Amino acid sequence: MRLGAAIMVTMTASAADQSVLRPSGPQAAHIHWLWDVMLWTTGVIYVVVLLVLFAGVWRRRKATDPTTMTDAKLEKYVIASVVASTVIFFALLIASVAVGKATSDLDARNGLIVNVTGYQWWWRVEYVHPEPAQYITTANEIHIPVGRPVTFVLTSSDVIHSFWAPNLHGKRDLLPNQKNSLVLRADKPGVYRGQCAEFCGLQHAKMAFAIIAEPQEKFDAWYANQVKPAAEPVTEEQVKGRDVFLSHACVMCHTIRGTQANARLGPDLTHIKSRATIAAGTLPNEKGHLGGWISNPQSIKQGVRMPPNPLMPDELNALLGYLESLK
Amino acid sequence: MFLRFLRPYLIVALVGTCACEREQRQFNEPTAASAPVQSVRLTPQQPGPQLPEIATDAPYAENAYAVNEGKKLYSSYNCEGCHFMGGGGMGPALMDDRWIYGSDPANIFQTIVQGRPNGMPSFGSKIPRYQIWQLVSYVRSMSGLLKSDVAPSRSDSMHARAPEAMMKQEIPKQ
Repeated sequence: MRLGAAIMVTMTASAADQSVLRPSGPQAAHIHWLWDVMLWTTGVIYVVVLLVLFAGVWRRRKATDPTTMTDAKLEKYVIASVVASTVIFFALLIASVAVGKATSDLDARNGLIVNVTGYQWWWRVEYVHPEPAQYITTANEIHIPVGRPVTFVLTSSDVIHSFWAPNLHGKRDLLPNQKNSLVLRADKPGVYRGQCAEFCGLQHAKMAFAIIAEPQEKFDAWYANQVKPAAEPVTEEQVKGRDVFLSHACVMCHTIRGTQANARLGPDLTHIKSRATIAAGTLPNEKGHLGGWISNPQSIKQGVRMPPNPLMPDELNALLGYLESLK
Repeated sequence: MFLRFLRPYLIVALVGTCACEREQRQFNEPTAASAPVQSVRLTPQQPGPQLPEIATDAPYAENAYAVNEGKKLYSSYNCEGCHFMGGGGMGPALMDDRWIYGSDPANIFQTIVQGRPNGMPSFGSKIPRYQIWQLVSYVRSMSGLLKSDVAPSRSDSMHARAPEAMMKQEIPKQ
């Protein structure tokens, strides 16, 4: 049972990696190095202190009076350990400051600029482009090209959130009415899971994101697809599904570019089927899960802003058919 | 002796439990239910038999959490686009004592559901019922018609007027 759970955890981890111990970018590598240095230094010290303690316990106590404690040998030991502690702490301090500087030294020129806005409980992701027509909006999944620096401009629409993809960098807070930035680079392709790292309310735990690092050509193809407006419905069912979307509560909060739905309260659904998960990493993006989510999101992610939608079965099916076509 | 030491804490705990209902959060709201009676009297003048004047208990008139949700929805659904922060602009003011289509919760509910001439859109098919009731309670709080411990006492952004909890009660004229 426990083994099974352990295997499950490993498998999920291999699908979307979230670990400080497997760095995939220069900054995470620096942080990982610092972690190693601190772990081994303090680990060795811990073992030495314990050995000395045990030796003290083991040695037979001499029947002496306290005045014999003032011998020169004891003084030497005290001085030596104070000097050693100072030197070690100072070395760790220098290592820590050096890593702090190294992680913020990445050259952001010739890179990508991505605006990330935190919401309770999901992430709006916008790619800044000099041409307005090439500006794209998506949610919760951030594609980046391998080997190119990416500047994340972080802000929040409600409370403080924190952006943390441990394989690539440390944490950075998203503050309401203020912009923060974080520059990172992924050197290995892969899917890196990230998580909100500042308690932000009821569903803080279900506020995940994914950074998908891929080769430049693959990234360009993804980008070109995202720039396009939503696919026109083809089948009769899809046409009906679009009508359901536009005539019910969906249209009050969501955008599907190319239709009349232009609201910005919830995630952009123009290419919803191009994403692997829904509800900020809560569920896999499959028809059944999506149907359950639309019918009653409160039973899956209690407190989420999206209300339950009591649709007729044929309406729900048509709506799902349409959303599944938005690749 | 020990009890005497505990007494103030017990009193505080008791008072605390009284406020629980005020903050109660419900996440699985009944969605289709709780539409008000069909014929709501909109104006004092009407043909045929006079409809009785009604006084409905709005579902969220006593729930501070729901009223705050209403406040959030008021800006999310762009009510403030026309009514502004209650002072009115393109749409009528909501913080005064004048109600063109009635001040009763059921009247406000129908106004939001059906829409009204000269610009008020119909939101009936677009917003779940429970959110409309949250908006109704919030709209009533703007002219001081809710209890001050239920009405919102602060705003997230700068406001030109006092918070809803401090608004003077405007007795509706009709």
